[in-house]
Amino acid sequence: MSKQTENLVKIQHSLKRRNRSEARFRWYGRLAVFIGLAAVATLFFDIIGKGHGAFKATYIKLEVHYDQALIDIDNLTDTEQMIAGNWQALPKVALREKFPNVSGRSDKRRLNNLLSSGAGFDLKDRLVANPHLLGRKESIWILADDDIDTYFKSWLAGDAYAARLSSKQVQWIEGLHQQGLIELQFNINLFTRGDSREPEQAGIRGAVMGSLLTLVLTLMLSFPIGVAAAIYLEEFAPKNKWTDFIEVNINNLAAVPSIIFGLLGLAIFINFFHVPRSVPIVGGLVLTLMTLPTIIITSRAAIKSVPPSIREAALGMGASKVQMVLHHVLPLALPGMLTGAIIGMAQALGETAPLLMIGMVAFIVDIPGSFTDPATVLPVQIFLWADSPERAFIEKTSAAIMVLLTFLIIMNTSAVWLRKRLERRW
Amino acid sequence: MGVKDTTAVPVINKKASINRQTIAPKIASGHGLDVDDHKVTVGQSFSQNAKMTMRNVNVFYGDKQAIYDVNIDIAKNEVMAMIGPSGCGKSTFLRTLNRMNDTVEGCRVEGDILMDGENLYAPKLDVVELRARVGMVFQKPNPFPKSIYDNVAYGPKIHGLADTRVDLDEIVESSLRKASLWEEVKERLHQPGTGLSGGQQQRLCIARAIAVSPEIILMDEPCSALDPIATAKIEELIEELSQNFTIAIVTHSMQQAARVSHRTAYFHLGKLIEVNPTEQVFTMPEHPLTEAYITGRFG
Repeated sequence: MSKQTENLVKIQHSLKRRNRSEARFRWYGRLAVFIGLAAVATLFFDIIGKGHGAFKATYIKLEVHYDQALIDIDNLTDTEQMIAGNWQALPKVALREKFPNVSGRSDKRRLNNLLSSGAGFDLKDRLVANPHLLGRKESIWILADDDIDTYFKSWLAGDAYAARLSSKQVQWIEGLHQQGLIELQFNINLFTRGDSREPEQAGIRGAVMGSLLTLVLTLMLSFPIGVAAAIYLEEFAPKNKWTDFIEVNINNLAAVPSIIFGLLGLAIFINFFHVPRSVPIVGGLVLTLMTLPTIIITSRAAIKSVPPSIREAALGMGASKVQMVLHHVLPLALPGMLTGAIIGMAQALGETAPLLMIGMVAFIVDIPGSFTDPATVLPVQIFLWADSPERAFIEKTSAAIMVLLTFLIIMNTSAVWLRKRLERRW
Repeated sequence: MGVKDTTAVPVINKKASINRQTIAPKIASGHGLDVDDHKVTVGQSFSQNAKMTMRNVNVFYGDKQAIYDVNIDIAKNEVMAMIGPSGCGKSTFLRTLNRMNDTVEGCRVEGDILMDGENLYAPKLDVVELRARVGMVFQKPNPFPKSIYDNVAYGPKIHGLADTRVDLDEIVESSLRKASLWEEVKERLHQPGTGLSGGQQQRLCIARAIAVSPEIILMDEPCSALDPIATAKIEELIEELSQNFTIAIVTHSMQQAARVSHRTAYFHLGKLIEVNPTEQVFTMPEHPLTEAYITGRFG
């Protein structure tokens, strides 16, 4: 056998082994991808399965008489009268009219418990918006209590959960259902209201606004500071021990657990600078500290990826260093910087731990309208709801997670889109 | 600083103070070529009509010396070609002329480099002004990722050379014409410069450089990334440009040096070995190292 054929046999033999190992490697890869996707799919199925119910709420249709004497008001513009008015009587009377046979204290209380405790105030708001209704009757859908809501949804699904209801309440609901006076409607309250102890009245608007205000501040602070720091470190700073030291520490900061930033914010911003607690300003400052390293690191990478030939061309034309950076490096690095900023923002949006330290974990009913109003944020709201004992908060929690994930997906998608859109080829 | 009166320097035709007999056998045997065998640059390195004057120039990268004691003049409206094997310091030399070496960490230049008698490394000199006066074309075409128009208009814009839009349009057109690119791009001035072919991109870079009317244009192997046809166009262009500009060109192609330049400087391991009229360098090189290089015995 010649040397060549001998080698050929060896090669063919080893070829089989190599092909096998390549096939095996491909399968490992597929398996890894499959496990990842399966985990994400499980998460989504679980959350959507639990949370989709929260987008609907149970309403009961009643004939409401906006009786001046009953509410004890005569002027809708008189603030004192409006505050003192007996608004809770409106839904109670309407219910009693619907179920005239109910008697006895405890039965009456059970009957009243069909409706949300905020029903009277909802009717007040409606009356203020439509003053002509005063003294008239109206057939209107009224929000049901969370226990009724939970029961009705589970009953519709064929797996009735009646543990918190009396048998009479169950009968009344069935009666209402036969008459078509109880039904599921889109839960607008989820998106228009702030937090509440009553699950059926609780919404995520306050948390969304808090997150928005906090993130706006974080972006406004961290993006310019981060980009400026990155540009200085990449383009202007001399390369010496000091800049090495700074670089190492920026990388370290990026790895610091976020709760440490919360403690830092508590010590510096609240205790030393006396920034008020629980407000988006202090949240934004803390999240800025947390996001800065991410933005600096991604911005530096983006600046580094600008080809040196562009810098040479600009300098060779007699551009000053600042002109070189502003005219050429920055526009080319901007997509990468924006991507980094959005990813940093997405990280900040999902951050809970540091905000617990600075009081943004408080129970806040009012929707924050400015940077100095007490606020909470979406992930903290999820934490608060997950901690609440009422069963109806389970689906609320999942719904809030869905909203948070939607924002995160939108932000990450826009990062990808921005990069594709702004990316230039050279 | 000890600035020498350059105009007083006569045209010298230094004879090689070396013994051909001692070097020739070393070349023939293919090894042992030693730059230290020569102490001074041979040939006509000086000019009475000097635009650029370099005296005792040494360049260091950190501890490593890249250029040793270079003395040379570049005359007005001359095309000076720099040739030599890779790593001989010709690009480094070129980059000292517009201080592009400043951007390299640890680079240090010693000696006098004068343009019209003005020291380029004087502390009060502004590199921005210098680079407006000494344009540069790089090895790889590097147009900005902007439109063709914006590429050419960039220099005039940052230096404030055009007062009105019309002026700017004029500068752009005349620069593109001088770079013989106008006819090819006039219909698509607002399309990206990076969409042009390699040769067109390099001519765009030349147009960009001449848009600020520099006095000197430095070219660092401008054709090394181009095909022969594009190369021919650039060479033609260099010849035309030499009527208005002083050009210093680094090239790896000896044919190119022979075709476009008036004088040729041969560098070897950071030393300037020989400077002579191009024709002489390629027909009767004075120094055995030059001869060895152009006849292809090393390089």
